[in-house]
Amino acid sequence: MAAEIMLQADKIGKYFYEPEKFKVLTDISFTVNRGEFVTLIGKSGCGKSTLLYVLSTMDTDYEGTLQIHGETVTGQNSNKLAALRNEKIGFVFQFHYLLPEFSCLKNVMIPALRLGTYSREEIEANAYEKLTLLGLKDHALKLSSKLSGGEQQRVAIARALINAPLIIMADEPTGNLDSKNTDIVFDTFKQLAHEFQQTIVAVTHDNDFARKSDRTIEMQDGKILTANKINQGV
Amino acid sequence: MAKYQHHIDSDISFTYITSSKKLTLVASLGVTIGIAIFIFLNSMTAGFSKKSSTIIFKSTPHIRVYKDDQMSEPLLRYADSSHVALISNPKVVPASNRIVDPNRMIDLLKHQPDVVLVMPQVAVGVFYNSGKSQLAGTMSGVHIDEADGMFDIASTMVEGNLSDLKITPNGILLGVGVAAKMSVKTGDNISVTSSQHVTKVMKVVGLFKTNNSYVDKVKSYVNISSAQQFLAESPSYVSDIYVNVLDFDKAPAYSGKFSALTGYKAEDWKAANASLVSGSNMRDIMIMAISISILLVAGFGIYNILNMTISQKINDIAILKAMGFQGSDVVRIFLLQGAIIGLIGIVLGLMLAALLIYLMSTVYVGSDIGYFPIGFELATVINGSLFGLAVTLLASYLPARKAADVDPVSIFRK
Repeated sequence: MAAEIMLQADKIGKYFYEPEKFKVLTDISFTVNRGEFVTLIGKSGCGKSTLLYVLSTMDTDYEGTLQIHGETVTGQNSNKLAALRNEKIGFVFQFHYLLPEFSCLKNVMIPALRLGTYSREEIEANAYEKLTLLGLKDHALKLSSKLSGGEQQRVAIARALINAPLIIMADEPTGNLDSKNTDIVFDTFKQLAHEFQQTIVAVTHDNDFARKSDRTIEMQDGKILTANKINQGV
Repeated sequence: MAKYQHHIDSDISFTYITSSKKLTLVASLGVTIGIAIFIFLNSMTAGFSKKSSTIIFKSTPHIRVYKDDQMSEPLLRYADSSHVALISNPKVVPASNRIVDPNRMIDLLKHQPDVVLVMPQVAVGVFYNSGKSQLAGTMSGVHIDEADGMFDIASTMVEGNLSDLKITPNGILLGVGVAAKMSVKTGDNISVTSSQHVTKVMKVVGLFKTNNSYVDKVKSYVNISSAQQFLAESPSYVSDIYVNVLDFDKAPAYSGKFSALTGYKAEDWKAANASLVSGSNMRDIMIMAISISILLVAGFGIYNILNMTISQKINDIAILKAMGFQGSDVVRIFLLQGAIIGLIGIVLGLMLAALLIYLMSTVYVGSDIGYFPIGFELATVINGSLFGLAVTLLASYLPARKAADVDPVSIFRK
């Protein structure tokens, strides 16, 4: 089966202007295929998170071009990018970032309600299904702020999955978790990538986590050190 | 394209409102007090203005049509040289101040749009005589039914009967002040001398007491024919035509029209009572300024509280934007939250205003005013609500706009 390119970065460069002009990213070019679980690693300040936000389309102030599933997103207006994120990208953040005043179920449903492709009933059923997949069925109606950190992170993953995105982007998804929950999150990602052909790009500083992923892109001083470090798995 | 509209924005607004009830209530109370005071103050001025205009219209018509005195020209020039130019002191031309063909004028005025009442009047300057003492006054010759329709004389009667004037050709209705000074009462006779030196003995058929003691000390009503006799004029003599229109506030618009129409001077009540009108305008402006300031302060309250909410929710906003919510969605979420706070505030404010107005209406202020003239004015309620809503929306739009501009990356990087 020919690899289907989900994400293509071409000569991406970026500057920070505060406190003084400084090149954070230089000439970043790589591709990610469908069903790949890719991790971005590097020392603190190497620009890996900055790169992730460029890839996520939230940061539009960069040079070079970015394609998502063959569509050039560089230069599109912010409303169009918002719609694209809604439909095609799922996010998981370090500090879970659930809406604390909503139930877990509602948190998972929100991106789908925004998208409006399915009826409310269908979305609810789908959200239950995702929560069940992540072993959180019993917590569905609890307020998200009442859950433990690991559980919240899994709810966030369920939310990232709800619109069946092309890519899931994760910023230090296990940065705030103990080893048991780290393993659960990792196994979930792995399962998603391998069983459901879900593309995943995750930034991490956890070398164990990175080593177990399909491929690791290592960065240093805003440049790619190794773009194709294929991991052997565990 | 989206197949369904799930109104997730309003869903989020409602959740924010219900999950911070206390904050919502505090913000709403600001609006409540603002709206209540706004409506209360404006109802108070409206009631007061209404009362004072009823008092004015007890003795003044909306528009008075009369023949103004003419001044002689100080210099008469002639075009041809056969005449000599004449210089004289300017003075009042000794022409009669009668209105020519009053019935035609009355008919004409009656057929104008928005004209409610038209009434001829003969004004006579008189002396009321009692033995050797004389009291100067003014006598108004009217058809008493018409005059009652315009000035509601019946409500001011303290003695006798208004309709007795119709069946008593030489009857007279006296102000209580005149009656007291002349020491007469209903049924007595009184001798009256006019400026044309006509003296007649009139029979007092009733006494009236207006809320203006000066009027009570000079004024009397007689039949129009008696007044014409006092001036030694024919039965077609009329000195003024009084006109009431549908909306007295618009009287100045008609006076110019009537002047042109009749060829006589038409003076509206605002022109006749300029200082009173300017005083009332000043009061209205003052109250308006106070009540608007109070609403603006309430608006600031909402602004602050929403600003606070938005700083608390900055993470939520960032995550929503990351998940594909647009700036306009974020504006909608917080604008709706502000609007709901405003609506709650308005509803409570209307209730509070009703209570204040009710309490005020039970306050007795005495004299002929009686209880404080205040009531629910629909226009005030609508104005207050709309203005309150506008202030709330503006006060929530500004922070909402700011929330929409939040850059999610800058939040995530912290």
